[in-house]
Amino acid sequence: MSTPSKIRASLKDAGYVEVRMLMYHDMENGRRKDEAGNLVPAWHIAEFSVQHQGRTVLEGQFGTSVSKNPYLVFRFRGGNKGDKLSLSWQDNRGDSRVDDAAID
Amino acid sequence: MHSRDGVDGGRRQALKTGSGLGLLGLFAMLGLLPAAALAGVDRKAFEAKALNEALDALGGLIAEESTLITLTAPDVAENGALVPVTVESALADVEQISILADRNPTMLVAHYSVFKGTDSYLSTRIRMAETSNVIVLVKAGGRFFRASKQVKVTAGGC
Repeated sequence: MSTPSKIRASLKDAGYVEVRMLMYHDMENGRRKDEAGNLVPAWHIAEFSVQHQGRTVLEGQFGTSVSKNPYLVFRFRGGNKGDKLSLSWQDNRGDSRVDDAAID
Repeated sequence: MHSRDGVDGGRRQALKTGSGLGLLGLFAMLGLLPAAALAGVDRKAFEAKALNEALDALGGLIAEESTLITLTAPDVAENGALVPVTVESALADVEQISILADRNPTMLVAHYSVFKGTDSYLSTRIRMAETSNVIVLVKAGGRFFRASKQVKVTAGGC
């Protein structure tokens, strides 16, 4: 149902892996009204986690003030080309998804 | 090293009631289990409508202004729905990074747990309701540090 997240992870010459992620989600803040004037209930990613070869490298929690389709760049050490990264998120309705990518 | 009060609190509660499995089953049914399993900060922190209330919920009401935190955000944001914010810190042993906006309907925007081997570098996009300060709270070596920057917002995005 949800759209796969985009994940780009590349090993930089400086020795760290830079991860760019885009999680597709409407991130409704609960204050917007629809055409009929009814409040659209808050619906947003609440938690996400990034695993490198099964080890957590970053975890985060979002409120309603993160932009639509949350975008995040971060860096970590110890990754090699071809290693598996896994991004999982879950929203405040309990919907979730997991997407994988390899470091290039 | 990382605060897991939410998880531990939940586990203790489950043990105390002597029906851990029953509770966990209920959580799973409600779709709440993964959220509980990942909890970094109590979700109540995201409901705080005053800055001090949010900082208090994060444990960082008393925080030292630090020049070792670099907060990059535009001086003027034409679209409050999409304000780029980058945080970088030279502090040692960073455990948590929180981003707040002090005139939004709720103060806390995002809270991150940084693990060993992960750089203190985050770049993201946030919503800002009006001209206000972006505040970054960093927990490093058990202490809290902060930095802030004013962003003029031409069209609010909350």
